[in-house]
Amino acid sequence: MTGAARLVLDGVAKRYGRAVVLDDVSLEVESGEIVVVCGPSGGGKTVLLRLIAGTEQPDQGDIRIDGKSMLGLGAEQRDVGMAFQNFALYPHLTAYQNIASPLEARGLATAEIKQRVDKVAALLRIGHVLGHTPRELSNGQKQRTSLARALVRGPGTLLLDDPLRNVDAKLRYEMRLELPRLLASFGSAVIYVTQDYREAMALGRRIAVLRQGRFEQVGAPETVYGEPANLEIARLFGDPTINLYPCRPDGEAVELLGERVPLAPGMAQLAGREVMLGIRAEDIEVATEPMPGSVAAELDAVTPLNVRAVLYLRSRDGKELLATVPEDDALRFGRGHRPVWAKLAPDRFLAFDPATGARL
Amino acid sequence: MGRSSLGGAVLRGMLLTLVVLFFLFPILWVVLMSFQTNETILRIPPSLLFEPTLSNYTALISGKLVTNAGTLELAFMNNLKNSVVLSTVSVALALLLGVPAAYAFARFRFRLGENIAFTLLSFRFAPPLLVLLPLSLYFRQLGLTDTWVGLIWVYQLIALPLILWIVRGYFEDISPDIEHAYRIDGHGWWRTFTRIALPLARPGIAAAGLLAFIFCWNNFVFALILASADKQPVTVGALAFVTASGIQYGQIAAAVMLSILPTLLLALYAQRYLVEGLSLGAVKG
Repeated sequence: MTGAARLVLDGVAKRYGRAVVLDDVSLEVESGEIVVVCGPSGGGKTVLLRLIAGTEQPDQGDIRIDGKSMLGLGAEQRDVGMAFQNFALYPHLTAYQNIASPLEARGLATAEIKQRVDKVAALLRIGHVLGHTPRELSNGQKQRTSLARALVRGPGTLLLDDPLRNVDAKLRYEMRLELPRLLASFGSAVIYVTQDYREAMALGRRIAVLRQGRFEQVGAPETVYGEPANLEIARLFGDPTINLYPCRPDGEAVELLGERVPLAPGMAQLAGREVMLGIRAEDIEVATEPMPGSVAAELDAVTPLNVRAVLYLRSRDGKELLATVPEDDALRFGRGHRPVWAKLAPDRFLAFDPATGARL
Repeated sequence: MGRSSLGGAVLRGMLLTLVVLFFLFPILWVVLMSFQTNETILRIPPSLLFEPTLSNYTALISGKLVTNAGTLELAFMNNLKNSVVLSTVSVALALLLGVPAAYAFARFRFRLGENIAFTLLSFRFAPPLLVLLPLSLYFRQLGLTDTWVGLIWVYQLIALPLILWIVRGYFEDISPDIEHAYRIDGHGWWRTFTRIALPLARPGIAAAGLLAFIFCWNNFVFALILASADKQPVTVGALAFVTASGIQYGQIAAAVMLSILPTLLLALYAQRYLVEGLSLGAVKG
């Protein structure tokens, strides 16, 4: 255990009446580490943050900050900063007063408050709007003000509840690049909640996938993406969504998309059972000429999608197959509606149990 | 195009004037009456032309009404003072009790909470006359008849439910996240209540306070039954103008004008709080 701020969730559970919102959730966050909690809405992400912040108490389990149990302590007694999805700025106070609030609560001298607010405002480039009330701020400025308020005290634990949800796409993209550096400079243990898998991949050193009140997978972004624990995670992570086909491999090959596709040796043990085969769109090589081991298909449409273009293919047996190619390459496919050949990468196939969704 | 819209504007203006005249005419008539003597008020046919007199107002303020039948003592100024005291203290007490209660009902779910809130609201359903008889009996037993405490207590029946339910709605409209954020900043619950919840609900508190004041001010039956002459408000005191020697229309009109004044001034003063936006756009909904 390191001496610095460190957050431990130990078997935390929370129920509202009969509904189990969180069920035996455990997680450890080092200081300076960003853990992204990612998952569909209603998965319990916000409740998890509330339990850590202290605005709600868990029914079971323990929450420790710096080795000290937080059970029974109110929000004002914990060393936590939090930025809300809806910003939750104090509408009757100026941006300066908003940001100064955590410092005032600690009874700092006016001069020091001013110095620290100015510093964090400069860092977030909102120094020029400190005199404005929230009503007079743009969404981006509100978001930065709420972030500044969470950061100003340099809290040991920082909770960010989907802070980029309500800002426009361009700012979201900018902040995605800027946030890791900014957060690193404060050295807090950060829990960052988002629904957006791209944001999760960009920001997290680790990603914890929260679904139906449980962490279904906790791991590095590339692990969660490349080796998803189950079907739902594979669906959640990836854009366009992973191609999924129910099939029954027979050892070294599988009947897929109207052709016999050879399988990687590692999948030999799947012979004879029903599996759901997942193929990432970027693992498909598409050409206008036949290639050895490729699948014939009809190209239905080409959709440019920022850097990569999505190709909508239709296989001989009428199944849809999504593939992506670099946008420059997409030019040779024209507007679509032509025969193409798709080469699948069998060693990158993901196999799932169709019943349980678990990866095989 | 220009002409038709001009015609529309003129028509609209005329219609509005008509509506305003229709609704404000009784008040205008009372204003005119308050500057006339009984003789000019009662002449037939009535006329808008008369010689204005301040005699009604001087009579009310000096407390001496000189009529053909002799001099009559008027307690009107005392009634007015009673009204001010009763309404102000009642509303102040109701705010003191009702605002924290409204906050509790808005923020916390507790056993029987909804039932208690509804019971308080139901005080407004029952006609006052229905509860008056048992109430006066109880008051006699408790020795509360004709006391300030008793009257102010009864006035809570009027003011408290009103304030509780209006202010509760305003508290519920404040995003709990704003208060959570303040707690997480490190402030205790009392500071959160006074620094965040109260200022944000101020328009609602002002509106509820004003309404409660007007309702208290206009109350008649409670004070009629439960208060004696020296504690009666203007609503009851106005009965004194129906004298053995006739009804003093001029004085009644002047009394109406004087008794409207405090509530009117209060409404004008509270107006800026009423129109103040509630959430001020800090929370994106």
